[in-house]
Order: sequence, then structure tokens, then C-alpha cells
Amino acid sequence: MKLAFIDRRLVANFDWKLLALVLTIAAVGVFNIYSATASYGISGTPYHVRQLYWIVLGLSLVVLSCSIDYHLFEDFSYWFYGILVFLLLVVLVAGRTSMGATRWLSLGFFNIQPSEIMKIVMIMATARYFANLQVPHSLRLRDLGLPFLLVGGPVLLIMKQPDLGTAILVALIVASIMLYVGISPATLATLALSAVPAIYMGWHFYLRDYQKNRILNFLNPERDPLGSGYHIIQSKIAVGSGGPFGKGFLAGTQSQLRFLPEQHTDFAFSVFAEEWGFAGGMFMLTLYVVLILWGLDIARKCNDYFGSLLAVGVTAMLFWHIVINIGMVIGLFPVVGVPLPLFSYGGTSMITSMVGMGILFNIRMRRFMF
Amino acid sequence: MKGERFIREERAFGKRLVWLSVFAATVFFLLLLRLWYLQILNAGDFLALSENNRLRLVPLAAPRGAILDRNGKVLVGNTPSFSLAVIQQDVKDSDTLLSRISRLLQMDVDELLDKWEKGRKRAKFYPIFLASGISRDQVELLEENRLHLPGVDVEMKPVREYPNGTLASHLLGHIGEISEDELQRAEFSAYHAGDYVGKGGVERSWEKELHGADGGRQIEVDARGRVLRTMSEGSPTVGNTIMLTIDLELQKLAEAAFGAQAGAAVAMDVNTGEILAFVSNPGFDPALFTGRMPPEKWKAYLEDKRHPLENKALKGQYPPGSTFKIITAIAGLEEGLIDANTTVNCSGSYKLGKQTFKCWDKHGHGPVNLRRALKESCDVYFYQLGERLGVDRIAKYAKKLNLGAPMGIGLENEKGGLIPTAEWKEKKQGTKWFRGETLPVSIGQGYVLTTPIQLASMIATVANEGTVYRPYLIKKVLDKDGAVLREFGPTAVAKADVKSTSYRLVKEGLLAVVNESKGTGGMARLYEVKVAGKTGTSQVVKLPARKGGIPYERRDHALFVAFAPYDKPEIAVAVVVEHGEHGGSAAAPIAGKILRAYFEGKGVIKRPVRETEDETGADEEDAEATPAVLRREGESVPGGTE
Repeated sequence: MKLAFIDRRLVANFDWKLLALVLTIAAVGVFNIYSATASYGISGTPYHVRQLYWIVLGLSLVVLSCSIDYHLFEDFSYWFYGILVFLLLVVLVAGRTSMGATRWLSLGFFNIQPSEIMKIVMIMATARYFANLQVPHSLRLRDLGLPFLLVGGPVLLIMKQPDLGTAILVALIVASIMLYVGISPATLATLALSAVPAIYMGWHFYLRDYQKNRILNFLNPERDPLGSGYHIIQSKIAVGSGGPFGKGFLAGTQSQLRFLPEQHTDFAFSVFAEEWGFAGGMFMLTLYVVLILWGLDIARKCNDYFGSLLAVGVTAMLFWHIVINIGMVIGLFPVVGVPLPLFSYGGTSMITSMVGMGILFNIRMRRFMF
Repeated sequence: MKGERFIREERAFGKRLVWLSVFAATVFFLLLLRLWYLQILNAGDFLALSENNRLRLVPLAAPRGAILDRNGKVLVGNTPSFSLAVIQQDVKDSDTLLSRISRLLQMDVDELLDKWEKGRKRAKFYPIFLASGISRDQVELLEENRLHLPGVDVEMKPVREYPNGTLASHLLGHIGEISEDELQRAEFSAYHAGDYVGKGGVERSWEKELHGADGGRQIEVDARGRVLRTMSEGSPTVGNTIMLTIDLELQKLAEAAFGAQAGAAVAMDVNTGEILAFVSNPGFDPALFTGRMPPEKWKAYLEDKRHPLENKALKGQYPPGSTFKIITAIAGLEEGLIDANTTVNCSGSYKLGKQTFKCWDKHGHGPVNLRRALKESCDVYFYQLGERLGVDRIAKYAKKLNLGAPMGIGLENEKGGLIPTAEWKEKKQGTKWFRGETLPVSIGQGYVLTTPIQLASMIATVANEGTVYRPYLIKKVLDKDGAVLREFGPTAVAKADVKSTSYRLVKEGLLAVVNESKGTGGMARLYEVKVAGKTGTSQVVKLPARKGGIPYERRDHALFVAFAPYDKPEIAVAVVVEHGEHGGSAAAPIAGKILRAYFEGKGVIKRPVRETEDETGADEEDAEATPAVLRREGESVPGGTE
């Protein structure tokens, strides 16, 4: 029953509309990357072509993860979890350092980023834990002890790299799953209150200066208009100057003259909003909101508990990436290095997103099989 | 088994999913609102900011207009100079940049830092000039290291060039960076900090014509400040050219005639008022004021007893000494108190009440008439005449010849001198005029003060017998292509209504001063042209006659006024040699040289044989080097008032 096989029924149940949505977002992303990197003058394979390779690789991962019944993931999720925690420890000891952070493991021919894989694995492990939790009521504090340990360990390891963005994302994803499972109001209030001292302690003992600066500069970008506040200011200028209909493809002055930082990766959305204006921005937000609601719909229609939790987790992962990234480039959140799923340039992000999408497709196509 | 709990709570899960969906949709709606705020409500502001990011206005400095002499020879021009400018917005790490520049140009880091800090306060994207006047080699060095010098730009700017060095420096003036005070004035409302303006002389007074209008170039730059293309360009308008009435050759020779002596000379066209030479000696180097003045140079200028920074011709107010006897004589003739034959017996001094007024010649001149009194500069003759005239009648004729007020030659801060009257004293000091105070006035001492320009104008008026022309310096204003925009001609400010016989009698006396034996002005004599003139020696402080060591700053001033040719006057000259002691020995030779130069220039006199020039040159140097000798000589060639 749970064996990996593909039968005609599954192909018939494949969610082609969702695939069309995903490919639309990715295709717009490729055009946008073309524009964002037009001024780079790089030799070698251009970014938009490389992004196409990543999309093709991502799609093959979608096919791969579809072909394995997601119920198998439940059985192996703790194993995966254990392996990933181990890998995170290895990263700390023997990771490859780049730009002040140790995030990668070198496997000779390519590098992997365990924290990125951890997002997916954490969703699986959390889903499994709550799917098997036998309590007749909403979650209370004592029910959360083990999940906190389950999540807290990897989050701390990721923060140690340091990669605050990913750590926050992992925590947010797990929190979203918990909310879905249901937390009693009293517990929710307790957690909210205990967050205050936690933030205080975190600020004073944990955050690095550059991270503090990012937050302070976010709260007041004029604090250092040429330094780290520069990114927020320039990105807001790019988005705002796009106006209702934008400056046109390849005609964004902020991006073409390279006033934007990281404009093909984290700030890709600013490039798009500058060149396509409010109309373009609204178009992208619509695509994304449909994607998210679709994901939640998959969770709703899923007939088993694990699958439903898994779908919510994957959807939460996409949701938080999208919200934090767009919120950042339009000046609502501090600058954290979070790419826009399916849209920003980058292999890691594309693979994680596509694996997540694969899981959603997987759940969707097997909803009648239970 | 797993499904049981799920099925039991299916409805609760479904409800929570609805909530999650609503939450997600709400968050997206908030993002959309934010986009609305940025892209619809504030699009204009952000568009302006993005334009501001990429477009910059680079000011293009207008070359100042040139200043030419009357024949079109360049007195002040422009020459290209390379400066190093930095756009501060393009500099991320100023410390590293400044230390690199200091290494490449071998300049002091502190000096660069100072300029940088000052420049930072200025307008956005306005270039900060860190070094000017850098050589072509240094420019090449900077170009080679361009990649390591973000924000650095080498700009070519025209700077002032003075082909004749210190020549006519007071007249031409200098330029310098506009000061904070000047920026506040309405006159400079179009100027920016860092602009250059005229700071003195013609440069200052004719700033409006010379300055031109700065242009600007709108350029597109990328985030690193690299210039991508020029969007539009408004080219600068070159300032207008000013053609002076000065004759470069005459000016050169007039300045040379002073040697190291301090003083002033003004040579004027008798029939127009054009100033042909305008000397204030010693001069200064105007080029030093444009850039960074070496402190030791500045100190030397300030400490020089001869005051090189003072415009003596324009602002120097000197008692005219015996040159003023011309006025007293005219007053006497006009008022009918004397005629050509009126004789006074000079015993060497004149008593008025208890006071004794000495003649410069203590042995006395014996019986003197007007001609002899002028020729030998007898003080007693004029004491007696002055006493009979009274101060107000002397003042009346002085003012007819336009003394006592600025002439309005068109330079700033021209001084007016002083012609005292009884009323003036009453007002100024609250006491009435004493008869004893008239006597020094009659020989150009006491309260009387005149400027070299006024003296030149006075003698010119005598020469042309009554027309007071306003002395003027600007002949033409030309545009950059040489087309005449404005032309200036003679302006008669007043007609000094004095009988021509009075002028003739005085002029005869002045001819004798230079050309007859015992005349005090013999050293101004030219054999080819008849020169008429009057010596003057004016007291700086009243001192008992003391042989030898009178300190420099207490020695008398030497003056000489002259015109030539006697029969058909063309040129008038006034010379003041500060602390030169005797008009006849110190000032007359200089006036003579100026006149000679003028007539040589006209071809009336042939260029001299070398020896004679050497001789006079040696004379003059002796005079400066050994004042004691000069004093003794001064007694034998006397010239003025005790």
C-alpha cells in the first residue's frame, strides 16, 4: 500500500493547475533575473540560464518526491531528523566558511546547506510527532516540552552558524504547525508573555553586532544611509519609483544602475516592482496568495493527519519565506537573507521550494488512496 | 488508529484551516497596502529620489574674463590647471582614500582631511577639491590608480595667470575663494561656496563683468559613481574682457623707476583723464592669493615696513607738501592778493604772534616773487600769502581743482583726502580755527591730505587750464570674441573757473622749477621735452633737524607732480616716495623717468643709450642704500618744507 509506485490513477490525480501556477511564478522569475543581471556584464553562463537549469532540476525533484508515497516520509522522518542534526554539528566543526558564516558542507563536487534541508525535515518530524500525539484536548504547555526540544536544538545550531534568517524561519514553520494542531488559549498567552524576556536576553547575549545593526537600521534606516540602512532605502526607492505601471522591462534605473543590493537574489522583487509597478506587484502577490491558499486547501482535503500537518508545514514554509522577503524589500521587516521562493535566483532556494512543492503534489495526488 | 483522533476533531481542524487561510490572505493584503502606499501614494517622491540617485549636476566653472592693457596686451589671463575633486557620496572609506591620495600626491594627510571635512558640509554631490595645481605626471598617476580611488575625479579648471608677475598688482587685484560673509550678500546670491571672486582692484570692482556664468552638465551615474553618459549640458559663459587704460610698457618702466622704494605714482592723460600708469610699490604676487599662501610669504608681506599689500595710489593719503603751493598760488592770483611782481622778503623764517614758521632754507631766499617762490619753493612767501587768504579761501580753490573728495575712478575704497576749513574744524574738533593753523596749510602741511590720484588730477587740471577730468581706468569692456560691449571716454567732472592768466603764471613757475638753475625739480628735466613740475616734501612727524639716523618710518615723504610737454600738455604725473625725504631728489627723478618712458613710447624721444640709464639707475640705488648721503644731497637740491 505504501510502496513507491506510479499508477495511472496517480497521474490522473496530478494537480496540473498547481504545476502551472508554480511554473508561471518561476518563469516570471527567470525574466526578472534576466533584467536584474543585464547590467552585470558577467562572462560565462548568464544567471537566467542557470536559473532555468535549477528549475529543471527542481522539477525532476518534484517528480522524484511525487513518486514516493509521502507516508514513507513519516516512517523515516525521525531518521532524517537525526541525520540532519548530525550534519548541522558537522557543519559547525568542519563547515565551509563564506562571508563570515559557516553554513555549507563540501561534498567535493558540490556543497550542501544542511540548514536548508532541515526546514523540510523539521516539517516531517514535527508532523509525525503531532500526528501521533494522543491528547483529547488542545495542546498545553506540558505537551509542548518535547517539541520545543525537538525544534530548539537545531534552531540553536543554525543560529550558531550564524544564520538568523533560517533559524527564525524554522521556528516560525514549527509554530505554524502547532497553531494548526491547536494550542489552548492559556498556553498561548503564557508563551507570548515569556517571549518578552526571551527577546531581551537574546538581544543582549545572543545577537551579533551586525544583526543588531540590521534591526536598528530597519527601525530607522536614516541611521546609516550609506551603510546597512542603504539597502532598505534603495529598495524602497526602487519599489516606490515604479509607480502604478512601472518603468518597463530592463528600464528600472535603480536596478540597471545597480543601486540595489543582491538584486537577482534577495532583492529580486524590488527589481520587478520597479519595472512593473503596482500592477506587477499585485500580480505577483496574487500568484503567491493563490499558491498559499492552494497549499492550505491540500491540507484540508487530505484524509490523514500526518499528510495534513505536512501540507500545512510546507505551506507555512513557503508563506513565511514570501512574507519575510517581500516585507523586507518594501521596508516592513529588517534585512534578513531570505530569498523569494521560486522567484529569486539561487539553486538552494529553488531546490528547497521544489521539494516542498513535490510534497504538496504528493499529498494532493494521494488524497483518495487512503 | 491514527485516523481516529483526526476524524473526531476533523471539524475543529477544518475551522483552524479557515483561520489560517484568512490570516494568510490578510497578511498578503497588508503587503499589497504597503505597495499601494509606496507605488501609488508616494510614487512621485520616490521617483524624484531615484532620479536624484542617478542624475547629477556637475558644475562647469566659467573662465574669468581677461584683463588687457590699452593696447590689448594681456595683464591677467587664464591657464588650465588640474585639480583633484572627490564626490563624497561615492566614498565609502574616506580614511583609506585620503591616505592613498596623500601617498600618490605626496601631500599632508591632515591638510587633506581638513579640506575633506570642510567640503562635507557643502551641497550633495558637489565636488570637494582636495588638491589644485597638480602636475600632468600626477594626473597620470591618479588615472593609473583610478580603480583604487573611488569617487575621485581629476578636473580641468581655468586658473588666473599673471604673465607679468607682480606688475600692477594693486590695480589688478587678486581672486580668492568666496568668504562666508560674501555669500550672505545679495550681490553674490548666484555664487556657491568654493567659487572664486575678485578680492581687490579691478578683479573686485569689475567682478560682475569678469565672472561669467557657470555652466552645468547633467550626467547619469551608477551606484559606484561611474559616469555612464551625459544627459544634457549647459556650457559656461566666459566672463567679459576688461581693457584698461594702462599702458603695459609705461607701467613696467614706472614700477622699475621706484626700485625698492615704497610709494605710488599715477600717470594720466591730461586731456582725457585716462590713467596710463598706476603704481603702488612694492607690489605683491597675486597668484599666491589664489591657492594656498605659504605662511612665510604671508608673514613677510605683513612684516614688510613698506606695506606691500596697501594700495598706496588709491588709499594712501599724504600731506601734499609744497606741491600744494600751486593751489595757494592760484588762490592768491584769483583773489587779487598777488600778481607776478608781488615781492616778499624771505629771511629764513616768518613770525606770527609768538610762533616762528621756518622756511626750509634757514638762510632765507631774500626778495622773491611768485615765479621764484615756486621755483625755489620758498615757504615764507606762501606763509604770508596764506595768512592773507585765510584757510577757507585756500580750501575754495583746492576744491575747485577737486581735492578733498574721492575722484571716483571705479575701484572700491578710494580715499578722498582732506581739505580743512574753519567750519570743518568747528564740527570735527569743536574749536575755532586759529590763524596759525593756516600757515602750514598754505604749504600743504597741517591737516591737508591728498591721494596720489588727486595730485595727478590736480596737475592735469593745471596743465589743461581748468578742466577736471574724472581719472578712469577702464577703456572698454569686450566680450570673449573681442566685440566691444561698452566703451568709456573722458568725463569732465568740473570746470575749475580760474582765469587762464593765473594758470599761465603758475605754469611758468613750474617750468622754472624743472628747467632753471636753483629750481628744486631739476632731476625731472628732459632735454627733448619741456617738463613743468613741483616738488614737495611732507612731514611725517615734526622732528628737530638731526643729522644721520632718523628711523625709516619717521622720514619725510617725497613728492613730485609734473606735466609735459609744457606748451601742449599731454601727460600729468604724480609721484609719492614714502619716506623718500626730499621731493627733488627722490620723487623728481622717478617722475622724470616716467615722462621719459612715455615720450619714448610715443617716439618723441629716441630710446636712450645704455650708459645714461645705468647712471640714473645707480643714482637711485645709492639714494636708497645710503640715506645719510642723500640727506646731504637733498640740501643742495632742496625741495620743500621744513
